[in-house]
Amino acid sequence: MKAIADRRHHRMAPVVLLVMALLITGAVYAALTPTPAGATVATQTDVDAGRALFQANCATCHGTGARGGDGVPSLIGVGAAAVDFQVSTGRMPMQASGPQAAEKPPVLDAEQTRQLAAYVASLGPGPSIPAADQVDPAKGDPATGMALFRTNCAMCHGATGKGGALTEGKSAPSLGDATPTQIYEAMLTGPASMPVFNDANLTPEEKRDVIALLDEQKAGSPGGADLGGVGPVSEGLWTWVVGMGLLIGCAVWIGAKSS
Amino acid sequence: MSRPSNVGGAAATADYLDQRTGIGLAVKAFARKVFPDHWSFLLGEIALYSFLVLLSTGVFLTLFFVPSMGQVTYDGPFAPMQGVQMSEAFRSTMALSFEVTGGLLMRQIHHWAAVVFIAAIVTHMMRVFFTGAFRKPREVNWLVGFTLMILGIAAGFSGYSLPDDVLSGNGLRITDGVVKSIPIIGSYLSYFIFGGEFPGDAIVPRLFTVHILLVPGLILALIGLHLFFVVLHKHTHYGLPGRTERNVVGYPLFPVYVAKAGGFFFIVFGVLALMGATMTINPVWNYGPYDPSPVSAGAQPDWYMLFLEGALRLMPGQGMEWVIGGFTIPMNVLVPAVVLPGLLFTALAAYPFLEAYVTGDRREHHIADRPRNAPVRTAIGVAILTAFGVLVLAGSNDIIATHFGLSINAITDVCRLLLIVTPFLAFWVTKRACLGLQRKDRELVLHGHETGRIVRFASGEYIEVHRPLDEYERWVRVANEPRRPVELLPVEDERGVRRPGYRRDAARARLSRFFFEDRVEPVTPAELVATQSHSGHDAALALGGGDAAGAVPSGRHAAPELPSASASTTAAADAHRR
Amino acid sequence: MSTSGSEVVRHADGNGAVGEPLPDRFDNPGLPPHRSRLTDTDPAAARRATRQVVALFTLSILGTIGFVVAYALVPDGDTIASVRLSNLLLGLGLFLAMFGIGAAAIHWAKTLMSVRDVAEDRHPQRSSTKDREAAVAVLREGAEDSGIARRGVLKGAVVSALVLAPLTIAVPLIGEVGGDWRVSTLRHTLWERGKRLTRDPSGTPIKAEDVTVGSVFHVIPDGLREGENADHWIEEKAKAVVLMVRLDPADLKEADDRKDWSYEGIVAYSKICTHVGCPVALYERQTHHLLCPCHQSTFDIADGARVIFGPANRPLPQLPITVDDEGYLVAQSDFTEPIGPSYWERLK
Repeated sequence: MKAIADRRHHRMAPVVLLVMALLITGAVYAALTPTPAGATVATQTDVDAGRALFQANCATCHGTGARGGDGVPSLIGVGAAAVDFQVSTGRMPMQASGPQAAEKPPVLDAEQTRQLAAYVASLGPGPSIPAADQVDPAKGDPATGMALFRTNCAMCHGATGKGGALTEGKSAPSLGDATPTQIYEAMLTGPASMPVFNDANLTPEEKRDVIALLDEQKAGSPGGADLGGVGPVSEGLWTWVVGMGLLIGCAVWIGAKSS
Repeated sequence: MSRPSNVGGAAATADYLDQRTGIGLAVKAFARKVFPDHWSFLLGEIALYSFLVLLSTGVFLTLFFVPSMGQVTYDGPFAPMQGVQMSEAFRSTMALSFEVTGGLLMRQIHHWAAVVFIAAIVTHMMRVFFTGAFRKPREVNWLVGFTLMILGIAAGFSGYSLPDDVLSGNGLRITDGVVKSIPIIGSYLSYFIFGGEFPGDAIVPRLFTVHILLVPGLILALIGLHLFFVVLHKHTHYGLPGRTERNVVGYPLFPVYVAKAGGFFFIVFGVLALMGATMTINPVWNYGPYDPSPVSAGAQPDWYMLFLEGALRLMPGQGMEWVIGGFTIPMNVLVPAVVLPGLLFTALAAYPFLEAYVTGDRREHHIADRPRNAPVRTAIGVAILTAFGVLVLAGSNDIIATHFGLSINAITDVCRLLLIVTPFLAFWVTKRACLGLQRKDRELVLHGHETGRIVRFASGEYIEVHRPLDEYERWVRVANEPRRPVELLPVEDERGVRRPGYRRDAARARLSRFFFEDRVEPVTPAELVATQSHSGHDAALALGGGDAAGAVPSGRHAAPELPSASASTTAAADAHRR
Repeated sequence: MSTSGSEVVRHADGNGAVGEPLPDRFDNPGLPPHRSRLTDTDPAAARRATRQVVALFTLSILGTIGFVVAYALVPDGDTIASVRLSNLLLGLGLFLAMFGIGAAAIHWAKTLMSVRDVAEDRHPQRSSTKDREAAVAVLREGAEDSGIARRGVLKGAVVSALVLAPLTIAVPLIGEVGGDWRVSTLRHTLWERGKRLTRDPSGTPIKAEDVTVGSVFHVIPDGLREGENADHWIEEKAKAVVLMVRLDPADLKEADDRKDWSYEGIVAYSKICTHVGCPVALYERQTHHLLCPCHQSTFDIADGARVIFGPANRPLPQLPITVDDEGYLVAQSDFTEPIGPSYWERLK
């Protein structure tokens, strides 16, 4: 302490104090500011790490310059949102060719996904990963969300988002396991067969309303087991299996001779 | 004549009624009426009791449901519908589900009862078909039951369209499209049904009248007729020992059937309540109020309409719309939605008369067949069920595609092929299976049960000892009468004059041969004796007249020729070596 | 029922003695001997069965009590979970109440009521010949008495009057049920020259620049729910809904006479399927195929919405569009053919 006190009139003292104040302020700010999911500014290290990940995992199909070609789409301009969606749901890197990329356990962790997204975003401007409050279900209105879902989404994903069939083996997946961020990104970037719902078609608030509606669906069905939520076909199956099964079983009991 | 007041309330009531209605006679006749006891005779009761559940839960629903398509705005507890414009019908259904205590339970029990009602009708119809219980004198009752099935489907369709939601509304739109496809009158018929352009505001109130008044009234009347016939004709019974064409064996109505059948009503109600308590059905709050724009994946009707849905999906569209003189005939819609069900229902309704024609049998039948003893009838039934099943699968093709990771286009193409191929395959396999089972029965009667005991003769021959069937076990397997093709009189009678109507008789004989040429006849006493004489002879000498249990060892032998004309299949089946 | 057999065979005793002739078919052995149940022979078992029946009835009573308690104490509430709980408890109470009675009654019948088979005679359905003759005689007398055979004009008159009388109900019933019967309105929709395309269901107009490649807009005509349409907007919507997508113009194949029906790769088609009328809404962005979920008709949007799979026969009608001077998308005219499923007079 005596060493610092002896130098308090040094001409560099104000500079040192200023630097310390800046560092302390910066540290406190960094510690106290809630970090929005994925909305951190990508640094050059992220981009470089992302490039390395890209060359290792993606370049075999998408090309070293990410230009694609020969049935493989170009990634220039798809934006960080598309990469975050595809990689965090495990669709990319695609393992086996098929009608569409299948959802599977993600190959890259969250940090690597962020870096990869940063790299691809650096190739050309595109939709960015949404901020946390953009995808917060508590801020959305499920009534508006349901009206929009019914008109724009239910035809492929089903009335409650349990999924549905498309042509030639493709399908629209169930939405139950998707995170709010992934749902937003899917609407924004239109992965695989899904159309692109740009912000003029579904505004960011409307997208959040859809997320709020899907969050409400997690409460389950008020009528009991939802039987898959795919409608009358499964209801008909259970009619025969449970209904007629139990009743014919009881009929056999009634008609059986008592011992 | 007055009685002392302490005689007993029941006796006094009975006396009061009897003096005014003569009810004593009916009670005497009915209370001890005999009904046969077999679980397969209870299937119709499942349908009857489901209908009673439908009536009682339905009354509850009518007290809250508003059959109007007038527009209102939702202001209830279900958040995702807040502020949404909807019809009164939809709004009242939402209120039933979320604001009336027990309303959702009643709705779900009602809908489960409806789908189980039709499932039970179909199961009961299958039982009647496969046991030949539609034969004289029950042909009219078959037609009554058939009509009940059609009315049941009408009740179900009108019922689930009442909430005016997107799923059933699109079903109504499809109905409108099918109706419009009918030549000449299609567009007018569409206006007739909807009171103008689709959707109009008349269809829900009209379906409500159909659903709670017209159809249930007809169903009740026809159920009354159906049960009246059962009482008049007395129920059929299986060919078990003691049962003949001239009696009915079972238990008396009071108390056994009052307890069993009455109890079964409560069982059915209980099971339906369990389903309504635990399994969601028709969650209209997820589908939303009807609007012509939205549609959801998994757009299917209730299961009993899936065969129509499948037919519509399988029919290829190219080249199937004919334009004649500027008028359009959409065969791609008419064939699956009008022609196919027309053929199916006509075939079902007419079957008893076809079979009567083919057998030339004018006697009454009160003994229910074992399905194996009518191979072609059973095979036809299985073929129709197979076609129905393929259509149901085709109607569910998108659900199958998502659950099994297949392509709906591939499923559709495969189902097209299956629809054409599998009914014939099913017919052939079932007929062969029935004939095989009949041969097994013959073998069992002729040779008895295998006991697993091996006997070695002094000559070194090993045989397995068989225990012959007692007369009760045997009766089940020999009770059925052999059915032979109708005899065809020769072209010319004995004076050389050509018989009138020969061509028609020849066609009928051909059809009859299709039904009965391949057959396995039940064992006759002569055959049994012949078999025993072949096999018993050696063993009797060796064992000194058979062993203590009276078993007759069976050895190598061949069965004698049968007296009937077609012997190839049957004789070969009987020749065997041990 | 033995009849004299036609065959004389040897019996199994091998002695060569000629036995009696055998019947053609086996005789019915009659009812099998009665087998008693445990409850018939063992009084303890009978008492146990009685206790079981009582227990089942008691279970039913408990179920009913549970139902009433649940009704009183567990109202629906405002959440999904509370509705589900109420539904479950009420339903389980009802299940126990009903099933308990049923199981008790059946167990009672099976264990304690007589299971001795009883036989009742059947009689042929037909009436006796005497009754038939009497019936015919009565009918004949009645017909004679009415004179209908001698006075033939009576028969014709009564039949004509009876056949025609139901017209008094049928004619107004059928006549009034069809609304205004103007089926020609099926041909026309609200679309017309200059009518803006708006978002479904909000009704806001759409600028061409908002429609990016790969996006899908669900479209209704401007002013659908206003003015003179307000009371029948849903019937108009049922004909007028449109699906609008933007393709890369290089991918778009257009017929020569329809090259000006699109705008810079933006195309608009009727959303009502030409099969039986469901909304065709499943757009696959990458293949440009439009799938109808009802019967899987598939249309190629890049090629005039022609049918490439499924039961539909005709392509979707195309709505000719352009932009107005503010950049909003507008229709150039109504559809040039009736939308939706085919009907008899469609082309007339």
